[in-house]
Amino acid sequence: MSAAGPGVSAAPLGRGSGFFASYGVWIAAIVVLAALPHLFSSGLALTTLCLMGTAIIFALSYNMLLGQTGLLSFGHAVFFGLGGFLTAHMMNVVESHNAPLPLMVFPLVGGAAGLVFGIIFGAVSTRRAGTAFAMITLGVGELVSSSALILRHFFGGEEGVTTDRTDLIHLFGVTFGPQIQVYYLIAAWCLASTAAMYALTQTPFGRICNAVRDNPERARFIGYNTQAVRFLAFSLSGLFAGVAGGLAAINFEIVNSAQMGAAESGTVILMTYIGGVGDFAGPIIGAILVTYLQTVMSGITDAWQLYFGLLFIGMVMFAPEGIAGLLVKQRLLLRSRRLHRVAPYYALALLPGLVALAGVSLVIEMTNQLTVHAADGPDMTFFHVAFKADAPLPWLIAAILLAGGVWLFLRAARLAGDAYDEAAAAARGATT
Amino acid sequence: MTEIIFISTLNGVLYGMLLFLMASGLTVIFSMMGVLNFAHASFYMLGAFFGFEISRRLGFWAGLAIAPLLVGGIGVAVERYGLRRVHRHGHAAELLFTFGLAFVIEELVGMVWGKLPVNYQTPRALDFPAFTAFSIDYPAYKIFELAIAAAIFVALLAAVKRTRIGLIVQAALSHPEMVGMLGHNVDRIFMLVFGVGTALAAVAGVIAGPALVTQSNMAAQLGPILFVVVVVGGLGSLGGAFVASLLIGLVQTFAIASNASLAGAFGHLAAASALRDFFGDIWTITVAQIGPILPYLLLVLILIFRPRGLMGTRET
Repeated sequence: MSAAGPGVSAAPLGRGSGFFASYGVWIAAIVVLAALPHLFSSGLALTTLCLMGTAIIFALSYNMLLGQTGLLSFGHAVFFGLGGFLTAHMMNVVESHNAPLPLMVFPLVGGAAGLVFGIIFGAVSTRRAGTAFAMITLGVGELVSSSALILRHFFGGEEGVTTDRTDLIHLFGVTFGPQIQVYYLIAAWCLASTAAMYALTQTPFGRICNAVRDNPERARFIGYNTQAVRFLAFSLSGLFAGVAGGLAAINFEIVNSAQMGAAESGTVILMTYIGGVGDFAGPIIGAILVTYLQTVMSGITDAWQLYFGLLFIGMVMFAPEGIAGLLVKQRLLLRSRRLHRVAPYYALALLPGLVALAGVSLVIEMTNQLTVHAADGPDMTFFHVAFKADAPLPWLIAAILLAGGVWLFLRAARLAGDAYDEAAAAARGATT
Repeated sequence: MTEIIFISTLNGVLYGMLLFLMASGLTVIFSMMGVLNFAHASFYMLGAFFGFEISRRLGFWAGLAIAPLLVGGIGVAVERYGLRRVHRHGHAAELLFTFGLAFVIEELVGMVWGKLPVNYQTPRALDFPAFTAFSIDYPAYKIFELAIAAAIFVALLAAVKRTRIGLIVQAALSHPEMVGMLGHNVDRIFMLVFGVGTALAAVAGVIAGPALVTQSNMAAQLGPILFVVVVVGGLGSLGGAFVASLLIGLVQTFAIASNASLAGAFGHLAAASALRDFFGDIWTITVAQIGPILPYLLLVLILIFRPRGLMGTRET
């Protein structure tokens, strides 16, 4: 499902066997989504998969703004949270009236809420673009998340609003009690939303969004109202964020105001950017990776958010195209069978990179041991090596690993970059 | 009533001056470089924590002198090795870089000093009531904060209006490209402005730390309010930032002191019960409760009715 980049659609459709060539990715995605819970059947894996599903929709909806329309929003979780709240309230209302509405359609409530609030807040914020837009979304985000703590009746104060997904009428005997049934619900909505958002990028509207991102003046000159385009993109992105929020409400059976706070808005920026904003599949990769790391790393170290922040800064500084962008760059070499020439350079850069990473995490973990775990004394282990965190030798080793690793990595990365440029130039020369 | 007005005005002006110490750096950096420094409040927080750490060892006054220099140095390094590098990827990348930086600084501070408030004490020399008005003791430390903030404001004003570098900075506020064309080393000016701006935020942190709560979430709480100040004041206008700082300082302080609510104002009307049902929670909320969201309401109103801010000269 990660190959559905713009490059695929650019390939001539005449090649391959028509139907499968254009829908193969989606068929593969359906097969993978159906098979995943059988491959990873533990409770933790299933919970993580559910989180990934909502995160994918949320990150893709965010990329409708950042990647496709060039709008940097710091308050996107507002729509996620409001979608969740409205879904939970609607579920409670339907349950108390015994109305015949099955659980499957409730993400639509979230989507409708996201769309309505997207229209309201979009009318205010999309009057401007660029940095001013970013500040307005930040202000609106703060406004909504602080209001949530004041309007206790609707938002349930600190505890939030709870609901029960099994109390609705059961279609075909599906109770949504077991997590696996919730997984399939999330998977289906994730697939449908992804397909809808991908289809949107292929429409003239999607192209005009790109034009507004790249050159708003020219978009205006050919007769488009850039503000209206931004407004439409903002509202639609609110819709899909609301769907994700509705699914999260169904999954957790609780919504609280923290879900629309600045931290949540920050997480979606991290996911989308680390995955890559320039490619449709980028946010999918980012959502899967970040959710996976969150579950795995929060069990290993309590400084995991610091690692995320550093990874994010590293990506902004050295790989602004994100993971998807890096992968897309390799496709050119893969097609012209030149990847093997550059691969040794990548390996050469990877080695000092890992050394630098070890240095960084040694410093972080030792600091952590001396501050957060000060009560446990300075004895600690790092990769099965036991030592004292307040001794000078480990700090010296960490400093050497870090400085040497970074220096060598920067040199190797430059070599790899040169090798890539050379191979890419040769590949282009061979094809044209 | 008079005592509330008097004390609230004093506190509001003080809070506004502290806001201005930070907003001045932020607005100058933003206007000159187009970089909205998301991490600006993080430098304020670093100032507070450095000040706390130094004051524990060397005393408060050493902290006041050293912490801003350290933080300014960090600011210079961030500009030189971080921002300048991402600059070629455009403004969005710069904004995201400072966003990541704010995230990392918050995590680092939380790791080193813990997530709970630290015990940053006012210096003993200033731990006495300055005067007693309406049977309320007003602490001398607050007067000291006000004096420092006012002194820096005057110094900044003089530096911007009277010195050569101030002249260049002023020119760069309105015509950033032209300054570069005239052959000034714009990179070095940026670095200097960034360093001075972050150092000013650190001064605010050092002096506000003992009076407010020094905690690892203080940057996240204050950061958005600074953006409100910059937008409300208007881009490229130090005067606007000053007015907006005082305005928001006063609005927030007076809101906290006010107990008014719709229920209090209209509760005696015949239709009170119907109104209560209609408004729900809003009926009983006091102004003090909505104090925290007032700046953001102001932001939205300004953007609707006067997008360039109170005293702004241009739009982004």
